[in-house]
Amino acid sequence: MLELRGICRNFGGLAALSEVSFRAAAGEVTALIGPNGAGKSTLINCATGVDRPDAGEVLLGGIAITGQPAHRVAGLGVARTFQNLRLFPRLSVLDNVLCGLTVAAGRSLLGALLRPPALRDRERRLRLRALAALDRFNLTALADWPVGVLAYGDRKRVELARAVVGEPRLLLLDEPVAGLNATETAAVGAEIRRLRAQGYSVLLVEHDMELVMGVADRVVVLDGGRCIAQGTPAEVRRNPLVLEAYLGKTSLVA
Amino acid sequence: MTRRERFLYFFYLHRTGLTVSALTLALAVYPPLWGNPYLLGVTNQIALYAIVVLGLNLFIGYAGQISLGHAAFFALGAYGSALLSGEAGVTPWLALALAVLAASGVALLVGIPTLRLHGHYLAMATLGFNLVVYLVLMQWDKMTGGPSGYAGIQPLALGDFAFASDLRLHYLVWGVALLCLTLALNLVRSGVGRGLAAVAGDEVAAAACGVDTRAAKVKVFVLSAAFAALAGGLYAHGFGFVSPETFGIFASVDFVAMVVVGGLGSVWGSLFGVALLTCLPEWIDRFESYKEIVHGAILVGVLMFLPQGLVTGLVDLARVRLARWKARHA
Ligand SMILES: Nc1ncnc2c1ncn2[C@@H]1O[C@H](COP(=O)(O)OP(=O)(O)O)[C@@H](O)[C@H]1O
Ligand SMILES: [Mg+2]
Repeated sequence: MLELRGICRNFGGLAALSEVSFRAAAGEVTALIGPNGAGKSTLINCATGVDRPDAGEVLLGGIAITGQPAHRVAGLGVARTFQNLRLFPRLSVLDNVLCGLTVAAGRSLLGALLRPPALRDRERRLRLRALAALDRFNLTALADWPVGVLAYGDRKRVELARAVVGEPRLLLLDEPVAGLNATETAAVGAEIRRLRAQGYSVLLVEHDMELVMGVADRVVVLDGGRCIAQGTPAEVRRNPLVLEAYLGKTSLVA
Repeated sequence: MTRRERFLYFFYLHRTGLTVSALTLALAVYPPLWGNPYLLGVTNQIALYAIVVLGLNLFIGYAGQISLGHAAFFALGAYGSALLSGEAGVTPWLALALAVLAASGVALLVGIPTLRLHGHYLAMATLGFNLVVYLVLMQWDKMTGGPSGYAGIQPLALGDFAFASDLRLHYLVWGVALLCLTLALNLVRSGVGRGLAAVAGDEVAAAACGVDTRAAKVKVFVLSAAFAALAGGLYAHGFGFVSPETFGIFASVDFVAMVVVGGLGSVWGSLFGVALLTCLPEWIDRFESYKEIVHGAILVGVLMFLPQGLVTGLVDLARVRLARWKARHA
């Protein structure tokens, strides 16, 4: 589904990513792990058009999308969450989730101004889809709340709902359980497994090893901007390079 | 559902349409019942400013940008339409349409480079644009009449029915204002409108959701300029006279104050903001001479205590209270 070939990204002479290549297969959960500052978020940004790689190629379903702006990439059916929550604080929970359906809602300004019956109808269907997503993530009771006043765990779920509601071909999650308690983490883990069962392709960036080992089909390990290992969770867990990268940084779950 | 529930649900479902209809009805019957020339003069002014502010609120309130130059588009519509009909012999309706188109074109040219800017820079750029337009109106006196203004503008007419009196003008300007209100309400209830609100909230996240942020900003800027130019054209043909001081930077600041009082991102609030700030100087005589200071003070005061604007700020507070209350009693 997603293929990266020799991605490089430098920030003022410092290489955040150098020659990273791997594939995330369709219908699988690919986990991207690595210590803090390894370049995981930078990689997701490069893959979704939020950032541009300095070299290398990004392919989506075999088609090059390198350097395309983020909204184009989104239009191709790629949805994502952000490590440091990026919600629209003044909008209600429902409207935030509806923003995840921007591509399906159409982009004609004239059409929006005139609101013909077809558009009215489409809006009603989108609303139902958004409400279904709220239900799925246990957010129905909060539908009318402005997101800005929600608790952190709830906001995290809103962002997940916003990414999932459009039924993307590829879903990139940047640390979806960071800062959540054990119960909330387990719920997100169950949700990721459910997405996988429904055939979604997911690229999961996560620190929580237990979660990663439980849901991932394949694991890719980044360290210092380089891809140092990839394979099944069991293979990666035994890989000496990985152990060193993690132990060297003194924390096993970074 | 019981009959009563069905009745309430119908109201809920069609609340926007019903409110617009009620407002339309009230505006249709008010002149024959209570209208006097003075009052009509004030409400006509409210209608014209409302058209400008509805568009400006889409740009400032929804898309989260800032413009201190919308009086310039108001001016382009007014002078453009006046000069086209007065000097080039174009019929007023066509002149109005051409002026709106031309102002939209100018907005596109101004918007593409300036909308890359943010915050203070965007404010300065639009302010500069307003100053340039103002100077042209003052200096190019062979065409515009300079500081003394341009008089004798033909009224708009349908056959022999000229929109010249206050009463006739009432129906014209409020007709257009209600049309613009409907368009704005349609826009904010669509995916495109949510995209604008998303741009205001977080541009990166908006783009990741599929909003072409640059295009969205330019489009809504052009739309708001078209609204302002339309109001300007109606102003020129309605009052028959235009002069530069109506279109200076203080007018732009007034428009922003109206948006802010009404509330950022509240279409209905815009109407309230325009009505309040237009009526205040009428109610309080002394106010007229200190208008700029008072508007400035209101602007600063509202932004300090309710950064979302007056109406929206209060509505947001109420929404949070209500949501908390519902959660407790669920
Ligand atoms: N916008 C940026 N400007 C400069 N340096 C950056 C920027 N984004 C990331 N970096 C640097 O790139 C490296 C990788 O960061 P990041 O991708 O956020 O790591 P991770 O997500 O794996 O923790 C870090 O050293 C970070 O300081
Ligand atoms: Mg990160």
